[in-house]
Amino acid sequence: MSQPIGGALAFMGLHGCMPVLHGSQGCTAFGLVLFVRHFREMIPLQTTAMNEVTTILGGMENIEQALLNIAQRAKPQVVGICSTGLTETKGEDIVGYLKLIRQRRPELADLPVVYVSTPDFKGAFQDGWGKTIAQIVEELVVPATTRNEDQINLLAGSHLTPGDLEEIRQIVESFGFRPILLPDLSGSLDGHIPEDFTPTTLGGTRLEEIRAMGSSRATIALGEQMRGAALALEMKCGVPHMLVDRLMGLRSVDRFFRLLAELSGRPVPQIYRRQRSQLVDAMLDSHFFLGGVKVAIGAEPDLLQNVGHWLAELGCKLEAAVSTTESIVFSDLPVERVRIGDLEDLEREALGCQLLLTHSHGRQMAARLQIPFYRIGLPIFDRLGAAHQLLVGYRGSRNFLFDVANLLIAAREEEEEYHRLPERRSHAEEARACQCQGEERSAG
Amino acid sequence: MSSVSEKVQAVFQEPGCAKNRAKSEKERKKGCTKQLQPGAAAGGCAFDGAKIALQPITDVVHLVHGPIACEGNSWDNRGSKSSDSHLYRMGFTTDIREMDVVYGGEKRLFRAIKEAIDRYDPPAIFVYQTCVPALIGDDIEAVCQAAKKQFGRPVVPVQSPGFAGSKNLGNKLAGEALLDHVIGTEEPSYTTPYDVNIIGEYNLAGELWQVQPLFDQLGIRILACISGNAKYREIASCHRAKATILVCSKAMINIARKMEERYGIPFFEGSFYGISDMSDALRNLAGLLVRQGAPGELLSKTELLIRREEQKAWEKLKVYQKRLAGKRVLLITGGVKSWSVVSALQEVGMEIVGTSVKKSTEEDKERIKKVMGEEAHMIEEMTPREMYRMLKEARADIMLSGGRSQFVALKAKMPWLDINQERHHAYAGYEGMVALVAEIDRALYNPVWQEVRLPAPWTEG
Repeated sequence: MSQPIGGALAFMGLHGCMPVLHGSQGCTAFGLVLFVRHFREMIPLQTTAMNEVTTILGGMENIEQALLNIAQRAKPQVVGICSTGLTETKGEDIVGYLKLIRQRRPELADLPVVYVSTPDFKGAFQDGWGKTIAQIVEELVVPATTRNEDQINLLAGSHLTPGDLEEIRQIVESFGFRPILLPDLSGSLDGHIPEDFTPTTLGGTRLEEIRAMGSSRATIALGEQMRGAALALEMKCGVPHMLVDRLMGLRSVDRFFRLLAELSGRPVPQIYRRQRSQLVDAMLDSHFFLGGVKVAIGAEPDLLQNVGHWLAELGCKLEAAVSTTESIVFSDLPVERVRIGDLEDLEREALGCQLLLTHSHGRQMAARLQIPFYRIGLPIFDRLGAAHQLLVGYRGSRNFLFDVANLLIAAREEEEEYHRLPERRSHAEEARACQCQGEERSAG
Repeated sequence: MSSVSEKVQAVFQEPGCAKNRAKSEKERKKGCTKQLQPGAAAGGCAFDGAKIALQPITDVVHLVHGPIACEGNSWDNRGSKSSDSHLYRMGFTTDIREMDVVYGGEKRLFRAIKEAIDRYDPPAIFVYQTCVPALIGDDIEAVCQAAKKQFGRPVVPVQSPGFAGSKNLGNKLAGEALLDHVIGTEEPSYTTPYDVNIIGEYNLAGELWQVQPLFDQLGIRILACISGNAKYREIASCHRAKATILVCSKAMINIARKMEERYGIPFFEGSFYGISDMSDALRNLAGLLVRQGAPGELLSKTELLIRREEQKAWEKLKVYQKRLAGKRVLLITGGVKSWSVVSALQEVGMEIVGTSVKKSTEEDKERIKKVMGEEAHMIEEMTPREMYRMLKEARADIMLSGGRSQFVALKAKMPWLDINQERHHAYAGYEGMVALVAEIDRALYNPVWQEVRLPAPWTEG
């Protein structure tokens, strides 16, 4: 998966937004199908429908036409444009185009348009996401003269699911803060039943909320990938930022609560004290199954960091780790090295591992390796509820470790059965032989 | 690049297409796809179309020359089934980076071909051209030629950059690649008077397997199916078939017509959807084979089979007739299915309150009028919002469409059934039509609809 659709998904966390990919229509169609399969929701995503001729001559008219069409049909509150490999190879001056279009088309004067450069052939999904949020901050946040002491900005990384965001929001609110989440997929892609049908996103961060971010007390960047956007906000509006790169595991969540308690001057609410105690108990109960287990993980950097550390803290051994793009979070990850590569690389290094964690495309590999498979990241298209997968906070950390331990227990039971029934054995061997043919490369 | 535009012109001129024959010389040159509307377009690109058409070939490596997005974002999203090799489900891409854009990606492509051959030893490699390398001028034909010479096996260039046009055009460009580089390059080990090709069947959800037993019973051998569950060798040697049946409307008509021109294989258009359509297809195919020299008894054998199978299917459908009579269907799909499914649903007493004709040809529309009457409610273009209203106001009981518009129905808390390419159930042949009706029944009578429509405890009244 590449930068443009990372950017597009970030735009989908804004309310009333229509994301547009500036490229040929396939760029949009593929991204759209991918998100539909993952979220099982209507996905707003448009295209400038570039063709051979417009690519050579320049896509200004296509952008203009797209903006006019979208403004008229979808009536969005904001439009987000991401470039693609096609238009970046040509090298177009989109900022200049937008200026000219605005001069020519007064009817577009009131429509905010945010443009991000996201070539497919550079970086990865989370880079596109991070750049997009930084750009939204640059263009839409308004510096304020007064501070709103109970208002906190939360910049959410692409590794957080709508379910995660809901949890984080509740935690922050329990300290008496009013958080503004940017982007907020928990409003737009959490699978709710709306009253009416709109062609744009429904739910998500509102334009006036984004504008008001300049008056917040502080910004918490959730994930290393959000550091750039948080810095941009600090430079522009003087809102101090802090980085919370990990939200999985006892010690990381403790750190988050300590931060919130200090910021608010309030004690940690009773419910979370109880949840912490439950998590500690869960760690004790599950350590029998997790200690010493060799795992292989394929994930984008920030997700890899969260899951990798937490598993290591539970006694697992990170044997293989593959990611999509370089990041400083790899430096203290308890693994020999993180390879930037694809699932074929991961499969080669995962030999001998007892547990695989990656997105749904890992299913064929897991079948070949015959090891338990836990789905994380994007896309998850062969299981329901991807949007509600909760991995953060005390509760999410507890869920995760139960799920993983249960997978390992189930695998052990299967193995015992395999030893017990000789007639079953031949059957299982047949099934294995069938699975051995095949496939796959490229981690998205 | 010139070869791409030549190919595009060639498929635009396609004389086998009825729609094309009705146009003037000038109109034809402009092509058959509507100009894509920026900001209001939907659907895939030419690369998507080419991949859809060829990916079902199971035993070859499908290598996509382009940035990660083209293959990465679309990987494993089509439901073509295979009875044998699973190599086709593996995603291969050259994943070109910034430096390749500057220095050219040809060497990287050559290395990728070598790597794929070394590791997976496929009988052939298909190389797909995408926008970025097409724009910087990577000559994939030359690379494929060189690789073919060096490694001694077919390396087939598919000229399908996304910006060339729509999905439908991509289908045709894929057909051209087969015609230029694959078909007629090998000989079948033996031939029979009952050898046929099926063109335009992709074995989605295993639909070919619903039809194949019928062919088997008649002794008709499928020499090659283009391209569902196909092997490279089968397609390479399919020029020895005696007749061709073209399904899925016009998408790959260029293959059928050019094979008629080059190898004298006659073809006809048919459909496997719907009971009477399936019978017509078998009847026409048998007739064509007999005209091509097969023994005349095939005709009576076919009639017998048709009578037996139709009877069986009707018997099974009877159960549903009472339950489904009068239920109203909103049908949002394209092409052939807009009429072939209509007639089948009417046969069990359902009422079609609307059918979309966006992708249908004039001929398709005539067929719809024939089965639905002059006042047939044909929908040229309907926004999702209008569909939503129609369902919300209960002017239809169920919607049948492609996966992308499912949420229109589901969010209105109305039943929906997938009848496009991502579906998990097979609906071809006699058996398939019974399966479709059974699925509609299952969807309509699920008690969950009453449950989800319950008012929340905090709502008034």
